[in-house]
Amino acid sequence: MSTPFYVSPQQAMADRAEYARKGIARGRSLVVLQYADGIVFVGENPSRALHKFSEIYDRIGFAAAGKYNEYENLRIGGVRYADLRGYTYDRDDVTARGLANVYAQTLGTIFSSAAEKPYEVELVVAEVGETPEGDQIYRLPHDGSIVDEHGSVAVGGNAEQISSFLDQRHRDGMSLAEALKLAVQALSRDTNGSEREIPAERLEVAVLDRTRPQKRKFKRIVGRQLDRLLAADGASTEAESSAEDGSEEQ
Amino acid sequence: MEANTRSTGRLPAAFLTPGSSSFMDFLAEHQPELLPGNRQLPPTQGVIEAPHGTTIVAVTFPGGVVLAGDRRATMGNVIAQRDIEKVFPADEYSAVGIAGTAGLAVEMVKLFQLELEHFEKVEGAQLSLEGKANRLSTMIRSNLGMAMQGLAVVPLFAGYDLDREKGRIFSYDVTGGRSEEHNFAATGSGSIFARGAMKKLFRDDLTEEQAATLVVQALYDAADDDSATGGPDVARRIYPIITVITEDGFRRLTEQEASELSRAVLQKRLEEPDGPKAALL
Repeated sequence: MSTPFYVSPQQAMADRAEYARKGIARGRSLVVLQYADGIVFVGENPSRALHKFSEIYDRIGFAAAGKYNEYENLRIGGVRYADLRGYTYDRDDVTARGLANVYAQTLGTIFSSAAEKPYEVELVVAEVGETPEGDQIYRLPHDGSIVDEHGSVAVGGNAEQISSFLDQRHRDGMSLAEALKLAVQALSRDTNGSEREIPAERLEVAVLDRTRPQKRKFKRIVGRQLDRLLAADGASTEAESSAEDGSEEQ
Repeated sequence: MEANTRSTGRLPAAFLTPGSSSFMDFLAEHQPELLPGNRQLPPTQGVIEAPHGTTIVAVTFPGGVVLAGDRRATMGNVIAQRDIEKVFPADEYSAVGIAGTAGLAVEMVKLFQLELEHFEKVEGAQLSLEGKANRLSTMIRSNLGMAMQGLAVVPLFAGYDLDREKGRIFSYDVTGGRSEEHNFAATGSGSIFARGAMKKLFRDDLTEEQAATLVVQALYDAADDDSATGGPDVARRIYPIITVITEDGFRRLTEQEASELSRAVLQKRLEEPDGPKAALL
């Protein structure tokens, strides 16, 4: 009988991480941005039915890049976790922090268990607060680590480039149309720096809008509303933002 | 693995197991003790005393449906609560009003709301109105054991059917038997009187506001003849809960709107205590 080769723990983990990262990089990236009235999720997704973004609970949204069946499984687990917790205690006791912790533990256990293949997913869990200061965004890479993000976050294969692009341009208090335009710009940039056009029908957009009167703040933006917001990137928002800038200077 | 959501560890295996889109099915497998239907009642002597909700009424009108309830809960001959809420949104396009044992009924509504929301989130689509009505039927059926001991819950379910583009009403019996009602329906102890009033006042061409006035008239008549139903309480400013469901979704009339409707009805009743007269022929 042959003796198995010795593989150092470092090497084993590095191999697993590389495997997961490669899987994630095959899918398209997506971005999550804070804007004045909430949090917007933007991604390129040709499918109308298989979503990358979805509602978990009243104020909590979910975004994922990577392997569909794996993140869908995690999403449903999260919905079950949130609904059960809200049913046992109170709706207010369901928080993004709690959910992010559970996801981190789940991903972490799977990543370090030799019996399981690591999940090829990267998640974002976001909760919209009463005010922009109360917004929470958590990024959860494949290995179960957890990163508390502010302003903007990108996940997926090209995430680093997109992140740095967003970091330079994102500012607090952007309007939805401005944030959306910035997100699309960021997603349109290819790894080699060239730009390509992403048509509106290939975009998946959703928001957690704190101004919605319903207790459930998650809303998909589709069809005419999406076209209107994308078209609004011209004169009206320019005027709006310059007016805002002006008032800041005073 | 310990199936416990209170621990902060990873999601238990049951959470990540592909299964049905029903929250109740998930509970039944994962934490069956949380389902109201699984509760074991100790043997009891006679009827258990618990607050009871009374009258719920519903009326359809072209473009939607109105569901309303009085605010009284009684325990025997005592008024247990004067401002109880017995009409709840079930989801964006439906509502449920409850008569019967208040505690159990409110719990059932909470689970029903969650059931619809859970399905919607998991599937990314809403259940059909028929599907929602059937789900409620299942829940009542699971309460049959308690109903036999006097803890019955009898809801009235109303919603806007997006496929058929009209408001629809479903009534239930304690065994979970479901029947669709046409034009108007009522449940609870004052329902016989409310139904009489609605029968005389209903027309096919009511506006939303007229339908809302009609249910206030019906609730007034129920309160007039049934001691367990509460009429509009002007002194305490407690008015019926009136909800409207249309193509635009669920809307509960504001305190102000409910008070104006109730006061208008009361004002007329000062002149005509028995309310508007229907034509004899």
